[in-house]
Amino acid sequence: MTETKTYKLPFLILLLVLLLSFCTNISLGSVFIPFKDVFNGLIGNPTGNESWQHIIHEYRLPKAFTAIIVGSGLGISGLLMQTLFRNPLAGPFVLGITSGSSLGVALLIMGASIFGGTLAGILTSKWSIVIAASLGSFIVLLIVLIISNKVRDTMAILIIGLMFGSITTATVSVLSFFSSAEELQQYVFWGFGSIGNLTWYELFIFFIIYTIGILMSLVSIKALNTLLLGENYAKSLGLNLKTSRLFIIIATSLLAGTITAFAGPIVFIGLAIPHLTRQVFNTSNHKILLPAVFLFGAIIMLICDTIAQLPSSDLTLPINAITSLIGAPVIIWLLVRKRKMMF
Amino acid sequence: MTKNKSHIVLKTQDLTIGYASKKAKTVISSNINIELHKGELVGLIGANGIGKSTLLRTLTNVQRKLDGSITINNTILENYSNINLAKALSLVLTEPLGSKNLTVFELVALGRQPYTNWVGSLTKEDFQIINQCLLQTNIDDLKYKKCYELSDGQLQKVMIARALVQDTDLIILDEPTTHLDMYHKAYILKLLQKLAKETNKTILFSSHEIDLAIQLCDTLIVMTKDTVIIDQPSNLIEKGTFNDLFPKDLIVFDDNTGSFRVKK
Repeated sequence: MTETKTYKLPFLILLLVLLLSFCTNISLGSVFIPFKDVFNGLIGNPTGNESWQHIIHEYRLPKAFTAIIVGSGLGISGLLMQTLFRNPLAGPFVLGITSGSSLGVALLIMGASIFGGTLAGILTSKWSIVIAASLGSFIVLLIVLIISNKVRDTMAILIIGLMFGSITTATVSVLSFFSSAEELQQYVFWGFGSIGNLTWYELFIFFIIYTIGILMSLVSIKALNTLLLGENYAKSLGLNLKTSRLFIIIATSLLAGTITAFAGPIVFIGLAIPHLTRQVFNTSNHKILLPAVFLFGAIIMLICDTIAQLPSSDLTLPINAITSLIGAPVIIWLLVRKRKMMF
Repeated sequence: MTKNKSHIVLKTQDLTIGYASKKAKTVISSNINIELHKGELVGLIGANGIGKSTLLRTLTNVQRKLDGSITINNTILENYSNINLAKALSLVLTEPLGSKNLTVFELVALGRQPYTNWVGSLTKEDFQIINQCLLQTNIDDLKYKKCYELSDGQLQKVMIARALVQDTDLIILDEPTTHLDMYHKAYILKLLQKLAKETNKTILFSSHEIDLAIQLCDTLIVMTKDTVIIDQPSNLIEKGTFNDLFPKDLIVFDDNTGSFRVKK
């Protein structure tokens, strides 16, 4: 049928680019490893150096997978938010979901000392950070949802999201006033975002929650397409608005929440990737957009991470700086070029 | 009346519409008894603020009725599930589209949603229905255009096609002729008349184009402050219903031409 484009060629190219950026990502790093050895290390053959094998398996490979999960997950959650709120500015960051996670983590890291000694040790373990971040994002999304049911104006919802950002910043400054330098440092480092220090076990848990989020997004494809018409039309087409909306919100908070929990608050990817995707795939059909956003998100995140590694140097830049440095100009460029954001 | 024998699609009995809050009920109109038959084009007219939109919102289950009953195809409105109501009633609203970055075909195809599978894949039959509806509404040549490229008149035709594709016995349109020029106002209403005849669907629309509605509709629902009257346009003119539609200080209804004119 010619009525709907299938975009086979762009998908094929994107898939190849993804493969290429994946290989580039694991080939480059602070330690130089010849490509031949990287390839051998990947398929399990002996490499020229024992430690190379270790670097590839325990460090670079999980990092590359994390990049794919983070990029695609944030991109998709941005897409879901943009369609749900029918606003091109929507994204996990702008809606305050990331702020919610940050607030959860800030309260945990810096508030833990209030509970004192031994308890503080348990509370600041990695898993409690993950839980605090997820809880924070879910609660904020719930509040945004309740408000969006009462306030019809989507602009108001975005402003409320920004207000949550301010509340987070304010709470963090209040908390930092009372907390130790160590705690403050721990929080600041978390805030830089990092995709590099996940073990295979953590990655496994991460992947499971991520997969649930992705599956829920896939189930929502039809609802998302219907929502393009507006809520009243969607309702008249038999869509159960409340259920679909809750489904989309839960999918978003699972994706954005766990990603923020495991990798820190990574900004701009959620907002920028869907817009970048729409430049290549000029459609609003989520059957096309969703997989395209997935590919784009994964590719961009791999590239950002490759840059952040500063190949052949010992330094690693905070990933958040790189995504902002790439994301913000992209949004500006798109706006200047098209003068109007379509979604 | 021979019409009474034909199939009744929409029926209300002692319907009361308005807004209910915790404190009090605000009744906008009451004792509404209307019957719409298959294949009829029905216009809903009345002054601004008289409750046309409230009536349409109540009939389409967007807003709760205060009293009385509404039945569509002999089933009480409240008993419909979302999906079954979507197969019995389709809408064209005044609210803007959520996204205009859809092609005309994609937008019209969304009308098949109540019938498609979980990802919304279109079957051969769906394609057939969509293409037929595109032809019926004369927008086949716009198929691949994006909605943001369309004029208001074209977009209205597309929205009508989308409702048509939903394949319901009843189509309700809220002021389909606003923002359109005189030619397109007549064009859209004429199109609705043609569709009602060709497809044997019941089409109900609210409008301020009283003169056009008198010429084109099979039945008119006239809302005034006190009553809601439903009858054929010619009978309504005879009864002088239109004289009471508006305050009489500015415009008067001319029985001969079937239109309003400004008092000199």
